[in-house]
Amino acid sequence: MKNTRTLRILQAAVSMLALAGAWQILSYAFPPFLFPPVPAIISRTIEILITGSLLSDVLLTAWRIFAGLFGAFTVGGFLALVIGQSRTAENFITPVLTFFQGIPALSWVVFAIIWFHGIEFRVWFIMLMTTLPAFTFQILDAFRSMSKDLFEMTMSFRPSRTKLFRYLIVPTILPGILTAWKVNLCNAARVVVVAELVGATGGVGYELLKQQQLFDMAGAMAWTLQLVLFVLIAQQTINAIEAWTLRYRAVSERAM
Amino acid sequence: MSELAAQTAETTSTVREPVIRFEEVTKTFDRPDGRGEFVAVDRLSFDIGKGEIVAVLGKTGCGKSTMFNIVAGLIEATSGKASVIGHNPFREFAFFRGKIGIVFQGDRLMPWRSALDNVRLGLQILDCEAREAEAKAGRWLERLGLSGHEHDYPHALSGGMRQRVSIARAFAVDPEILLCDEPFSALDEMTARDLRAEFVRLVRQNEKTAVFITHQINEAMEIGDRVMVFHRPARIAYQARLTREMGAADRETVRSEIMQVLAIDRADDA
Repeated sequence: MKNTRTLRILQAAVSMLALAGAWQILSYAFPPFLFPPVPAIISRTIEILITGSLLSDVLLTAWRIFAGLFGAFTVGGFLALVIGQSRTAENFITPVLTFFQGIPALSWVVFAIIWFHGIEFRVWFIMLMTTLPAFTFQILDAFRSMSKDLFEMTMSFRPSRTKLFRYLIVPTILPGILTAWKVNLCNAARVVVVAELVGATGGVGYELLKQQQLFDMAGAMAWTLQLVLFVLIAQQTINAIEAWTLRYRAVSERAM
Repeated sequence: MSELAAQTAETTSTVREPVIRFEEVTKTFDRPDGRGEFVAVDRLSFDIGKGEIVAVLGKTGCGKSTMFNIVAGLIEATSGKASVIGHNPFREFAFFRGKIGIVFQGDRLMPWRSALDNVRLGLQILDCEAREAEAKAGRWLERLGLSGHEHDYPHALSGGMRQRVSIARAFAVDPEILLCDEPFSALDEMTARDLRAEFVRLVRQNEKTAVFITHQINEAMEIGDRVMVFHRPARIAYQARLTREMGAADRETVRSEIMQVLAIDRADDA
């Protein structure tokens, strides 16, 4: 199993090196404002990471992503549980969420700029509205897939609502919650850049706008890499949490 | 009906200290296609006394499980009166906390909980102190021969072991009544036989009242102090008390009468 993992990491490294190689070759054929050399991009990336004032922009974006996702998760989780327990609530809430799902992220950005003055609230609102339907529907799916057998078994002990929630519902929907976080994290990273690009004065999106105005491709790549790096780290953290919380799942003997 | 069964029927109608009482209980369900309703339980009446083990026999779909669910309080009777320990099992939700233990057909273990934690579930719901709950759960696993498997997750246990865990889970809350819905039907014969013997020993040792649903005549006769055979929809077609003093010939008579009743049901189906 360890060998398989090493091989997988090696293969991933080779494909990333191939991509960097292809970029480097292109940098010989085109001017630096189109394809800057890889070392220049790396040096700008490191510069952002070690310069406090620049790193604070990355952390600000990360904070905005988490704040937005956490808001959407809290509201979405609550809505999912309400919908899951009441057909009437479902009839009222689902059409609205489906309608929201059809609204492009950029429209929410425009609405937020018109409606709100505070930058942080604007970005939070955009993040909330763009990820809320997905969170709600994913958690609802997990709730609905709850085993009827386990529900009956738990009910046979006649638990209070709180205990039913704690001992059955939370563990049942946990895999769905983790999947929702993973999926929405990527969406949120894309949306936050758009939100910052148009409606903020700080963060990775705002920095990208500055690089575009300066025609600085190395800078644009370096800021983009910050976001990619952040998403990768966050994904790996969620994966680790998932591996720990879902450690009870059977592993096929063939996979060992 | 033999004299033996007739006598038994008379005695069971005057059970002293009835723990479970059904009086003309009927349960109907709406048909999924919306065309009317079907009757699962039809004016069913019986009493089950304290400390009795009653085996309920009947063909698949005869309403045994519906009767079981009514006793468990998972569904409510459409008409008639079902009472358990003198209370309505469906309406008086909190009263029955810790009073009824159920062993289901499947083990119904929570896959995210270890064997010990699965046994602890009922105790946690009953607000049992954590250390005491763990000790109790551990003792029950030990009694059921699962020492050393306390921290195993269900996927790492065999079918028989998982069913032992579910039996331990039901006994751990020390319920007054045990309901078992074909708990050993998915197991191989050897394992099922061992678990049956273990189950009866535990029920008698702990002086529980038990209702044991099965579709196997041998299992019903091995376990029950009394066997009730259901027609479809659920109503008693036959019942007989089985005593330890009963000779082989009497047992054989009961067996053949049960088979006759079940055969009538089969003929009805045809």
